[in-house]
Amino acid sequence: MVHRIEVGFREGIRDVLGEKTGRKITEHLGIDVTEVKTIDVYTIEGDIAGNELAAAASGPLSDPIIQKYVTDRGLADGFDWLIEVGFRPGVTDNVGKTAREAIELLLGKPGAVDVYTSRQYALKGDLGRSDAELIASGLLANELIQRYEIIGSEEWNPAQGVAPFIPRVIINDDPTTEEIDLDVSDEELQKISSVRVLALTVDEMKIIRDHLREESVLHGRQKAGLGEKITDVEMECLAQTWSEHCKHKIFNSLITYEDQNGDRTTIDSLFSSCIKKATKEIREALGKDDWCLSVFVDNAGIIRFNDDYNLVFKVETHNSPSALDPYGGALTGIVGVNRDPFGTGKGSKLIFNTDVFCFASPFHNKPLPPRILHPRRIYDGVREGVEHGGNKSGIPTVNGCLVFDERYLGKPLVYCGTGGIMPAHIQGEATHSKTIIPGDVIIMTGGRIGKDGIHGATFSSEELNEDSPVTAVQIGDPITQKKMTDFLLIARDKNLYRAITDNGAGGLSSSIGEMATLCGGCEIDLKKAPLKYAGLQPWEILISEAQERMSLAVPPKKCKAFLALAAKMNVEATILGTFTDSGIFHVRYGEKTVAYLDMEFLHEGLPKMRLNARWTPPRHEEPAFPEPDEMGSALKEMLSRLNICSKESIVRQYDHEVQGGGVVKPMVGVVNDGPSDAAVIRPILDSFEGVVVSNGICPRYSDIDTYHMAACAIDEAVRNAIAVGGSLDRMAGIDNFCWCDPVESEKTPDGRYKLAQLVRANRALYDYTMAYGVPCISGKDSMKNDYIIGETKISIPPTLLFSTMGKIEDVRKAVTMDAKKPGDLVYILGETLEEMGGSEWFALHGFIGNTVPKVNAQKAKKLYQALSKAIDRRLVASCHDCSDGGLGVALAETAFAGGLGMDVSLSLIPREGIRRDDYLLFSESQSRFVVTVSPDSQEEFEGSMAGSVFACIGKTISGGTFRIAGIHGETIVEEAIDSLKEAWQKPLDF
Amino acid sequence: MTKKVKTIVLTGNGTNCEMEMAHACRLAGSAVVDIVHISELLCGEKRLDDYHFLNLPGGFLDGDDLGSAKAGANRIVHASIRRGSEKLYKQLIDFIHDGKLILGVCNGFQLMIKLGLLPAFGGDYATQTVTLTFNDSGRFEDRWVYLKVNEDSPCVFTKGMEGIYLPVRHGEGKIVTRDPTILERLHTSNQIAVQYSDKMYEKAVMDYPDNPNGSVDAIAGICDETGRIFGLMPHPEAYLHYTNHPRWTREDLPEDGAGLSLFRNAVDFIKKAF
Repeated sequence: MVHRIEVGFREGIRDVLGEKTGRKITEHLGIDVTEVKTIDVYTIEGDIAGNELAAAASGPLSDPIIQKYVTDRGLADGFDWLIEVGFRPGVTDNVGKTAREAIELLLGKPGAVDVYTSRQYALKGDLGRSDAELIASGLLANELIQRYEIIGSEEWNPAQGVAPFIPRVIINDDPTTEEIDLDVSDEELQKISSVRVLALTVDEMKIIRDHLREESVLHGRQKAGLGEKITDVEMECLAQTWSEHCKHKIFNSLITYEDQNGDRTTIDSLFSSCIKKATKEIREALGKDDWCLSVFVDNAGIIRFNDDYNLVFKVETHNSPSALDPYGGALTGIVGVNRDPFGTGKGSKLIFNTDVFCFASPFHNKPLPPRILHPRRIYDGVREGVEHGGNKSGIPTVNGCLVFDERYLGKPLVYCGTGGIMPAHIQGEATHSKTIIPGDVIIMTGGRIGKDGIHGATFSSEELNEDSPVTAVQIGDPITQKKMTDFLLIARDKNLYRAITDNGAGGLSSSIGEMATLCGGCEIDLKKAPLKYAGLQPWEILISEAQERMSLAVPPKKCKAFLALAAKMNVEATILGTFTDSGIFHVRYGEKTVAYLDMEFLHEGLPKMRLNARWTPPRHEEPAFPEPDEMGSALKEMLSRLNICSKESIVRQYDHEVQGGGVVKPMVGVVNDGPSDAAVIRPILDSFEGVVVSNGICPRYSDIDTYHMAACAIDEAVRNAIAVGGSLDRMAGIDNFCWCDPVESEKTPDGRYKLAQLVRANRALYDYTMAYGVPCISGKDSMKNDYIIGETKISIPPTLLFSTMGKIEDVRKAVTMDAKKPGDLVYILGETLEEMGGSEWFALHGFIGNTVPKVNAQKAKKLYQALSKAIDRRLVASCHDCSDGGLGVALAETAFAGGLGMDVSLSLIPREGIRRDDYLLFSESQSRFVVTVSPDSQEEFEGSMAGSVFACIGKTISGGTFRIAGIHGETIVEEAIDSLKEAWQKPLDF
Repeated sequence: MTKKVKTIVLTGNGTNCEMEMAHACRLAGSAVVDIVHISELLCGEKRLDDYHFLNLPGGFLDGDDLGSAKAGANRIVHASIRRGSEKLYKQLIDFIHDGKLILGVCNGFQLMIKLGLLPAFGGDYATQTVTLTFNDSGRFEDRWVYLKVNEDSPCVFTKGMEGIYLPVRHGEGKIVTRDPTILERLHTSNQIAVQYSDKMYEKAVMDYPDNPNGSVDAIAGICDETGRIFGLMPHPEAYLHYTNHPRWTREDLPEDGAGLSLFRNAVDFIKKAF
């Protein structure tokens, strides 16, 4: 039997969700509605009596104080249109799962019911059916994962209500393994690749075909019961393992680079020759003081925190799924990256999240190309996804930023990072490395496997196109993951497993495949894997990216204890097979072998790509616009730029304080609303040692030269960390490259230029991480951030996010960016040059320009070291990084965050080549800070900064006037700090 | 008089503030502080009876999927120990009747409210009379708030305090009572222990964001008639040291965070009572 329970609010109780939905309908779609009321619907299938249904409705499913419910009839009344939105079959329904568990416990009947949830929106207003359609499809439902039904008031019969709909997955349960013939034409090979979303090239397919022809391979396969043809399981497994997403083919390719003078060089793997090389050299230079413990080999990087603890950090992107389903994509992004540090070494406890989003303007008002969601919808969905993922996991979101550029319309970038902490030793063994011994049992734990997330890895290795698969989209379940991580941390501390890794892209195929390299083989039985519903094919089980799962290697004698603990804590754990040293990735379905792949071929069989890059420096129009008459208005206009304005509304919706160790919070100052430069947290509550987390990102500079874009991103991340009290002594980096396709092809005729951009960014990464001694410990690339449908192609600007994690010895010495006391001296550290290219000031006037900011690492390093020392000696009252919008913005923020006025003279600023006040105020020269210092500390502070460029340019004043004298001495800005703050706070206050 | 105060901090199924709550109890002088996963209670390895002070920390029990702490409350009421006839709920009610202390914060407070442990007029710990629902803003928010302490309240935890500054971090913190008589009784019996207030802790406020959720009469936390059972939305365990304060770099603050006082009061009470 199928029943429906509908729950709504009683008369007189505010329906906040309904009100919010009403506001969104107006803001997003420009449609006015008088009222929106929401009703939660539980569709219950199973053996349940009438009184039991009522017990469920009045018990766990409704709140007796504010809600009412009906069973098997309609609750809605007095509406003009009723829209019911529910999930499509197979989409994760977290609420449905919780309701099922609650009802089964209430009734004492395990397994008695299935519950599916949906939500009704009862709309009142002068609306036609087409308005209701638009509201449903344009806002309330994402048709990729949801279905909706619209009912007009005239067709409504409350006694009947809405007919129950069960989104059950019904598939013929007929597990079969197909054989694929690769002895076919190139055309056919290409077809096989695209039809199956394998993202393999014809050449790669041929390599596989040739491998299968080898005598020894054929012989081995025949012994295992396979034939000459490859199975679909093997094909899919190879496609995942060889995907750009997993294999980083472009970063490992052999590149011929030609510069503007026609000089050619060959680069054998950007990853090895730039990123890894710098880290290796930095570690060698540190010698016995090397604090890196595990770099590039695991799911995340590991550094030493102190003798007892290690820190772990990883940043990932989840761009493609977020383009299709912003909420689910971002939620999966954050809970997905959580599993990286969790599955690193022996596993770490998660202590912070970071998030950086790149969107088109939420106020975008031009027509949208097909399959592209409005940026406001992306903004809201991604924000909410990360909110639910982070908050519900109990991990503070401590740092992040928002970047806006028109070109992120084609693909938004959603960077999510997570840090962890692990004991350095467990039962005497170091925790930062992994070993597996043949004979160890393979156990999968956490969630179950479904069709969700199939082809995520290969899908994200292509541009967003018409055929982008719906199954790649999924919804994360933070609570299932929390239950699993609660369990695994206890199992870790009892030393019940030998190694752990997460199931992310590529599913079991990747997780077990990678673990098997540690011992030399494995044998698993896919039939044992727990499924969400019957009917999955073996290849689907192997590569499904269904969330919330970890894979483990458990010594046989600890298996029983491991499984018993899982059972006690109500977490599913299943033995899938054993690790071996056979050299074979051996997969069975029951007794039948469905994949038998040579480990070496699987992981090393793919030859390097050969690519060509050619650098031609772009020339942009040199702007010609006069200095503004009203510099105060100009400053306010700058403060209102999307890339500069306050992000407080987002920040506050993320829990940034859970775990109790917050020291420098995202919003600081006299009324807690100034923008912090970086985060400081105290992961061990009875110690004052802290972790500093920061980021740098400046994609606008890519329009001029990606070398300097990357240099500036690194410098920004480093100086943000320095600004709060971090130091170069122990600071690690994470690089996340998001590029548009840099491989020359019909679709990408400018591939050589884009690849040259990638080469240049990597060269900068080598140069600057070396110069600062900030080694990358892990990273990720996402290389296909393009949108191609029909005639429309949108490519993102090449974007590097550089994140840092460092140590501060004593958090009590940290500083914040807000001016502290009237009469404090205002200093500018660093030199200001005429570097307006790619600046917000030029962008405001519609120009790019050419003079991109350049980083002088030697000078910067000296300055950073001196500043760190001054902060350590408590000589600095406030310190603020100078970035987007230059000094004008940094000075204003310092003043209004502190609730103080300021009186400064531009003529005192150390500068070179600048003759215009506006350029001096808004140049984005790097490696600069605005610092305030108490007059009592003036001498000591200036002494400690000796040898670096700096100057005192004025002081803070009581009262709220912000006054700037121009180069020629006349007052050019005189504004109330409140009006500056208002300009800064207004744009994104939603 | 006991010197050995024993504290249990309950966790599992989405609770996430257990670590800092346990830390608060330790700093407050509890000799034993155990973070106990609910499965340890349900399999009989641990029993509530062995403790004096039960902490129900913040988090998202079962994701708050059915409304905050709804599924969690359902579990407490219906789950059996070792799948036998003994109910966890009985242990909880016995714990209260033994004169022991319970502190619920945020999701823990929501759990207590949905169970009917608060306000529990006339010692009825089983009937829900108030609820916590969605903030008027429609948002989850993390922000610090000023709380005025009701000096006439029987609340054990807030004794001797006038006001306290703490963060709220919730989406469902708005108190609604079943009817006006409930609200009136809350006032007359001084069970409203803390209210959102102005900076001077002088008057309760209804204006956003000082009152972050639109809670009726600015109620932030309530206790039972004995004052031993207390829940609040703001997080005292989030302010144990001055570096937790959002303005510590610009204000002179004592070494200990104000949130610690609540835990100290609890531990001191137990030391005297047991």
